[in-house]
Amino acid sequence: MHALRKNHPLRRIVLASAATVSGMVLLLSLKPHDTPAAIAVTSPSANPSTAPSAAGTGTFTGDSVQTRWGPVQVRITVKGGKLTDVTAVAYPSDNPRDQEINSYALPRLRTEALQAQSADIDTVSGATYTSDGYRQSLQSALDSATG
Amino acid sequence: MGTVFSFDVRGGDPDAVQAALAEAVAGLHRVDAVFSTYRENSQISRLARDELTVAECDPEVAEVLELGAEAERTSDGWFSLRYEGRLDPTGIVKGWAVERAARQLLRAGATGVSLNGGGDVQLLGTPGPQRPWRVGVADPLRPGGLAAVVSAAGTSELAVATSGTAERGAHIVDPRTGRSAVTDLVAVTVVTPSVTWADCWATAAFAMGSREGLRWLESLPDVEALLITAGDEVRCTGGLASRLG
Repeated sequence: MHALRKNHPLRRIVLASAATVSGMVLLLSLKPHDTPAAIAVTSPSANPSTAPSAAGTGTFTGDSVQTRWGPVQVRITVKGGKLTDVTAVAYPSDNPRDQEINSYALPRLRTEALQAQSADIDTVSGATYTSDGYRQSLQSALDSATG
Repeated sequence: MGTVFSFDVRGGDPDAVQAALAEAVAGLHRVDAVFSTYRENSQISRLARDELTVAECDPEVAEVLELGAEAERTSDGWFSLRYEGRLDPTGIVKGWAVERAARQLLRAGATGVSLNGGGDVQLLGTPGPQRPWRVGVADPLRPGGLAAVVSAAGTSELAVATSGTAERGAHIVDPRTGRSAVTDLVAVTVVTPSVTWADCWATAAFAMGSREGLRWLESLPDVEALLITAGDEVRCTGGLASRLG
């Protein structure tokens, strides 16, 4: 999330590769021990919905990421290399529980993404779970913006 | 269930670092193929069904099982390599894989590596000459807020891992009952040099609850922690303050 703050070439390389990483990862089945579910792994490529315009400015849509509960997709707005907004354009909302979760999770994730940038931190540790799809889509949007 | 791995790599020869990055990513794919309990044909699934012996698996399997056994001993069984009686090293594999990938990049000449695997972070080196790596700890009770910021100032190796209840409800199992852990905690963040252990200790302490968890974490050398209860109380190990920035 802080990624846009800096712009040196190596960092761009790394971010580009991170798109590959975010595509791969159905990894490790992780901590939750609920009903196992097969999840489709999304394509590793980031598909910017808008072509990158002036360096670090524009709106970028991340990959649609499949989660156990449905697709998650975010769009970011960048001005002058700074992340100014994050909105979820797709998220699971099939049932009341989904809606309840989204009502607090989405604003939280948005603020977290924006705050990560303002708190001068490099990354965030947290027991995230449903937010993984969000992060994954966000990362691919950031990759589009900086690539 | 997927998770995202974010690499932040500084310094080193760009070609060498990029090659190492590709190798690290390939390594994570391999780890998934070998260790996933969701894949019927992974070595771990076959091992659990007694279709393979440990000796017939990749050497990493023995390595991870040995580390997991050590975690079980150190946590007096609160960390477990089994789920519903079945072999399931999931609790240690992610941290181990994150640490291994981060070290690969450092060996390739990077001067700073921050690798975040689904909220569990391994930091090596520094991001630059002027500043240490800084990691925000998400506040589980305040949307968008940070409960703390951990700084790696003065050390070249630090990990920050958090276990807790997720938006979809409890997902940490009490190995003694096989059911969701009955705990007064919503999150445990452990700060220690290795993310392999940080992740294990956070999981074990979460299941223990705040009182026993804090006491146990204090007893571990070179381990600091931040525990947040459902009642919004924050408890820290004695030495955590020196790591906050």
